[in-house]
Amino acid sequence: MYRIIKIIFFDILKNKIVLAYTLILALLSWSSFGLEDNAAKGLLTILNVILFTVPLVSILFATIYLYNSSEFIELLLSQPIKRKKIWLSLFIGLSLSMVLAFFIGAGIPLLINAPGIVGIMMIIVGCLISVIFVSLAFLSSILTRDKAKGIGIAIMNWLYFALLFDGMVLFLLYQLSDYPIEKAMVAVTALSPIDLARIQILLHLDVSAMLGYTGAIFKDFFGTTTGLIMSFLFLCFWFFFPFYISLNKFKSKDL
Amino acid sequence: MIEIKNIYKKFGKVEVLNNINLTFNKGECIALIGPNGCGKTTLIKSILGMIIPTKGDILFNQKSILKKYKYREQIGYMPQIGRYPDYMTVGQIIEMVKKIRNANQDLDEDLVKAFKLEKIFNKQMRTLSGGTTQKVSATLAFLFNPDVLILDEPTAGLDPLASEILKEKIIKEREKGKLILITSHLLSELDDMVSNIIFMQEGQVYFFKTIDDLLLSTNEQKIAKAIANVLKSK
Repeated sequence: MYRIIKIIFFDILKNKIVLAYTLILALLSWSSFGLEDNAAKGLLTILNVILFTVPLVSILFATIYLYNSSEFIELLLSQPIKRKKIWLSLFIGLSLSMVLAFFIGAGIPLLINAPGIVGIMMIIVGCLISVIFVSLAFLSSILTRDKAKGIGIAIMNWLYFALLFDGMVLFLLYQLSDYPIEKAMVAVTALSPIDLARIQILLHLDVSAMLGYTGAIFKDFFGTTTGLIMSFLFLCFWFFFPFYISLNKFKSKDL
Repeated sequence: MIEIKNIYKKFGKVEVLNNINLTFNKGECIALIGPNGCGKTTLIKSILGMIIPTKGDILFNQKSILKKYKYREQIGYMPQIGRYPDYMTVGQIIEMVKKIRNANQDLDEDLVKAFKLEKIFNKQMRTLSGGTTQKVSATLAFLFNPDVLILDEPTAGLDPLASEILKEKIIKEREKGKLILITSHLLSELDDMVSNIIFMQEGQVYFFKTIDDLLLSTNEQKIAKAIANVLKSK
């Protein structure tokens, strides 16, 4: 299995898109630290960039890569290799390269300009978000044989988590503003990995003071160690679950 | 060596394989023929585990192959249309499969030499013509000295010279006592290669006979004419 991961990993590293992605992340990170006068503001800018671009690139690149390697998968399947190993190797290879790209592009400037707990948190969260969206890409690509449809599903996934979900939450907040929904809101955030990541980081920045009563509830929950562990568990669940479903589907897929 | 028991496969609502029972033994060279879409490739892919039958079982050396993978070490497969990663070179593909197979046994590089593949080792797969890709597929199938060879339309797309090389190689391997499974539409090519013949139609086995039986029962000398005869009398 190690051999296959190596082949896939180096194949992806040769890809110019990954290189461009790394460069763009580096450019965005360095310039946001350069533009803002204090590191906290820079962090906030980077946070928004990370939560917008990292999921998009991870899910799109991984989906397209999976469709393009259908030949490779077919070749591997006629060899004495377990199906599970093929799918797992692809997942590990893709995740590793996305995490590496994120780490070089955004991780290094973060470590240099904002060393400390928030910077490290951000790197961990960014890596997790990369893996989560690779995992969602595996789910999107196993659902249909048609490449165009698969990429469509991937984009829908991203749209939902990056934009629609927040919109729906805001809508609910306004509609139900007469009721005590603060606690329920904590539970609702678990439904979107991007929101989990965002809240996790925001609470570690000073701006969380401006979040009002809901923010205080959030701080009560996510600010504690249990809350921290819980939210990381949720994030882990988000990368494990979509991949697990796709793995089960792949095991019984006709190729 | 390979036993196919009551295999049944449905793609959506279409029945592709309908209750197929077959037994293949060592030393046989079996031709699988039939009209387009009669389920030949599906049958072959089921043996390889690429397609999972809806019902039924396939035994390889008396052991079920369902959910197994080790048995594929003993199979060399040449697909109908070889599809390889575009940007890998011929040399890289061969190296990669060697690594994946973790091959310690002696490699059979006859075809690498016969097809003069060294010359194109540095070419990328996407630049190769259909026939050259077929040569790479054939080489990969024979490379690891497998006990079973499964060849899906092996000579389609090959030039006469290459297809003659491949035919000689098939005959040589058959004489070593290997089991060889070929699908083909070119009946005239099968004459000196195959020992048994399976005719499939609409997902069912129409007949499974030795060549001698077939020729005797139809009073013909050539497989092509014998098949035509059987089909006419139907």
